[in-house]
Amino acid sequence: MHNRASLWFWKSFSLMLLAATALTAARAQDLKSFEQKITTKVLPNGLTLIICERPEAPVFSYTTFVDAGDVNDPSGESGLAHMFEHLAFKGTSEIGTTDYAAEKVALEKVEQANNAYEAEYLKPVGRDPKKLEELHKAFVDAQAEAHKYVIPNQFTEVADANGANGLNAETGLDSTQFYWSMPENRLELWAWLESSRLADTVAREFYKERDVVIEERRMRTDSDPVGRLTEQFLATAYVAHNYGRSSIGWPSEVSQITATEALAFHKKYYVGGDIVVSVVGDVDAKTAMPMLEKYFSKVPGGPKPEDMTTVEPKQFAEKSVVIREQTQPFYIEGYHRPSYRDPDDAVYDAIQDIMSNGRVSRMYRSLVEQQQIAAEAEGFSPYPGDKYPSLFAFYAVPLPGHTPAEMRDAIHKEIDKLKTADVTDAELAMFKTRARADLLRGLADNQGLANALAEYQTRYGDWRELFLQLDAVDKVTKADIRRVANQVFVASNRTSAEIDTEAPATAAKNDGGAQ
Amino acid sequence: MKKLNRFSAASLLAGALLSSLATPALLCAQQSKPWEHIPIPKLHAFNPQQPKRIELKNGIVVFLQEDHELPFISGSVLIPGGERDADTSKAGLIDLYGQAWRTSGTTKMDGDAMDDFLEARAAHIETGGDIDSTAVSWDSLKGDADQVFDLAMDLLFHPKFSAEKLQLAQQQEAAEIVRRNDDEAGIAGREAEKLIYGANSPYTRQPELATIGKVTLADLEAWHDRSLKGKLIVGISGDFDPVAMEAKVRAAFEGLPQVEAAAPRHDEFAGPTPGVYFIDKNDVNQSNVEIVGLGTDRHNPDVPTLAVLDEILGGGFGSRLFQKVRTELGLAYAVGGGFGAPYDHQGTFRAEVLTKSASTVDATKATMAEIDGLNTKPITEDELKRAKDNILNSFLFRYDTKGKVLDEREKLEFYGYPADYLETYHAALEKVTLADVTAAAKKYIHPEKLAILVVGNGSEIKPGLDDLKMGAVHPVDITISMPAQPGAAK
Repeated sequence: MHNRASLWFWKSFSLMLLAATALTAARAQDLKSFEQKITTKVLPNGLTLIICERPEAPVFSYTTFVDAGDVNDPSGESGLAHMFEHLAFKGTSEIGTTDYAAEKVALEKVEQANNAYEAEYLKPVGRDPKKLEELHKAFVDAQAEAHKYVIPNQFTEVADANGANGLNAETGLDSTQFYWSMPENRLELWAWLESSRLADTVAREFYKERDVVIEERRMRTDSDPVGRLTEQFLATAYVAHNYGRSSIGWPSEVSQITATEALAFHKKYYVGGDIVVSVVGDVDAKTAMPMLEKYFSKVPGGPKPEDMTTVEPKQFAEKSVVIREQTQPFYIEGYHRPSYRDPDDAVYDAIQDIMSNGRVSRMYRSLVEQQQIAAEAEGFSPYPGDKYPSLFAFYAVPLPGHTPAEMRDAIHKEIDKLKTADVTDAELAMFKTRARADLLRGLADNQGLANALAEYQTRYGDWRELFLQLDAVDKVTKADIRRVANQVFVASNRTSAEIDTEAPATAAKNDGGAQ
Repeated sequence: MKKLNRFSAASLLAGALLSSLATPALLCAQQSKPWEHIPIPKLHAFNPQQPKRIELKNGIVVFLQEDHELPFISGSVLIPGGERDADTSKAGLIDLYGQAWRTSGTTKMDGDAMDDFLEARAAHIETGGDIDSTAVSWDSLKGDADQVFDLAMDLLFHPKFSAEKLQLAQQQEAAEIVRRNDDEAGIAGREAEKLIYGANSPYTRQPELATIGKVTLADLEAWHDRSLKGKLIVGISGDFDPVAMEAKVRAAFEGLPQVEAAAPRHDEFAGPTPGVYFIDKNDVNQSNVEIVGLGTDRHNPDVPTLAVLDEILGGGFGSRLFQKVRTELGLAYAVGGGFGAPYDHQGTFRAEVLTKSASTVDATKATMAEIDGLNTKPITEDELKRAKDNILNSFLFRYDTKGKVLDEREKLEFYGYPADYLETYHAALEKVTLADVTAAAKKYIHPEKLAILVVGNGSEIKPGLDDLKMGAVHPVDITISMPAQPGAAK
């Protein structure tokens, strides 16, 4: 949090020194050396702890990786996992309150008042405006009553005052991640904070925070042309699976999520078996592991929740979305592909690398350099998640004077080349070399390593897969690439979305605006 | 293989607005504070490894930072002079230069061939330009390091700028220009800086289709020749033998003529004309509000005190802005603010809040009240302590990797600050008192000198901006001037 890139001057300098900063992890291809540094332990409640000793400086970073994200939001409650993530910073029964016993009673009243208000609000017929107003007032009053017991942001304050750096959390469709870095002498304090908030979340100031999250939606989605487009793109590409649902939440749904629902989500998904906590840095596993075990045993046990049964049915009709508005043109298309567990997973990586990685990539050379029709052009995958079957997407940003239709044709030409001719030996070798080097570079710091270890432990049941995946990369052949391209990149499996730029209506609208 | 998904994760905080904290909380009695009973042992001793500094006879400075953890070697040459020093009528020159330099390549190897050579080795050489400097940087696996170094030096000393690649860069830049009004936050940031520094200031002038169209190959060549005469700073880090590396760098740079000192700049800024400025954008449902004034520069001895004041006002979760506008009022996801203190010119004061159209006035007033409140709601000992704890306890993240230490040293060298700047800055932070921050608030917080910029949807902003009672609302025209399409006209 002290990296004030936007408020201080560091910004203009940092861009130029990228190359000088990146390199400080362990010799990663040496899996053995990592095995000596890493200790794992599965607690009786099912929670997995990973400690990686890297005593380069007296600091550590951690990631808590929860195997639940917005894909798990119940029907009608899109945005719930993300909403819960925000709640996890509001404190516990011990931190953030002046009197939890009294606060608990007050919070129950908030829920009752909200339920009464919502029941009236949602009445299909016979809603009484006067009663609605009274119920709303009662709801606001109940929140004010509960607020009396709140010490706002105390959880984060204690973390920050103890040197937390880069404190944040992210909710994706597949998972929720919490993370920060700290001086190593705060390890136990961190363990107390983190285990407490995982085990003992209080739905404090929930309804104010809901407003905050809706502002986040306005920023990321509503007020951003590409944000609006990608939400529609995914909603069109998927007919059954939750990957098609707005991950930050549809406005009507996220605005009616209740604290009760958030706590139910917590109870179901924040169980030991769903959580991996990794710590990387100046930590001695011998003394730290028993201490962490003591704290993280507080997390409730319970079975890993059942997996989703919905499988996206095979697409058989090409679909498209066209947004006509006054913003600049954009084009994206996607093809359904299997999940990360598919044996061809590394083949998709190869396609992405060859099509998109750097100035040597096919799409850059063709659309940007030779045809000079696009400012950017890339393919990427998996999108929007990786746990379940997802998309392989391609996008291009037209240069002035060029259209989405031209992007589409040019992308299809490049895809056809993949289907009809083998990639070159040089391209395939480049992919493999870069995969190996990127793995090394990607683990360049404590936080990156903590994230990766927790994620691989969750997804493969073993962090070693982080290194072993290079075997799959090495096995990719030219025939694999051609086969997969022919299977997946077909019109009936395609969804596209574009922004077609409209001319401004007339001059009338644009003269200063505010009354 | 798993990769980070783009466009997907929503996070707790908007990265750009953050820093850290302190609080105005009315601390009532709390049952118990179990975290206060957790022992905090003495921090392990730590002496960050400093790079070796070598000053060549011609004035060029070299830093060598050994780091044997990974089999990579990386380096950079930092070159004084950037966009602020370039010809006003050719705004955007440095961006074009930064792109075309690398994509053009050298007399021995053109840019495309260089791409093939490097990517086959998972290596990189990049060039770039900025407001006050340009740079070439490189990195590669250790085994390829000699070849990559030679190639980077070839690019530094024998570039061959190509008309085709300049045109490509111009197209890319043109795409950015015509798209810039699609990005609400981008508009707000850009126009806020213009209000502070002036629209034609070297720090804010924008590349336009007309100005980038004027840039020629001769301009790029002339810039290159000119900037190479300055005091170059070479930084190398990674898995190398220091004796051999020093010899190599000396061989590359010792033959250059004595460096020429850069002419000192005399930037003076009037600051914004107070008032309310408005940019109407009809496809958004959230306003970006910027409250702006002048900041200071890093030579000012008040900078450590201002850093603490920033922490109290707009740093992070515990800051007054966050506590009030986000947590208590629920009016914003992104809210923050503080002083900028660049190394060699006066910075800005900026507070920003992003709020739904209808609450624009409320959120602006609430933010303004917190700025004003630094003078009217006395800062408490408790706030001071937390602000200082936040800054001091995380201070070591400024030098917890060898790379960060090297970056810092290069930066201090570039701007002419002493090598122990971080230490003296830290010592000064420790000494900041309540009287200091209170006095700094008096001296630097002048709400009547601030301007308010709102980017938002005029038809939804109700009550309107007149309700701010700060006089007439000044519309700001951000229309992009479109000359005849470059190339298309003839």
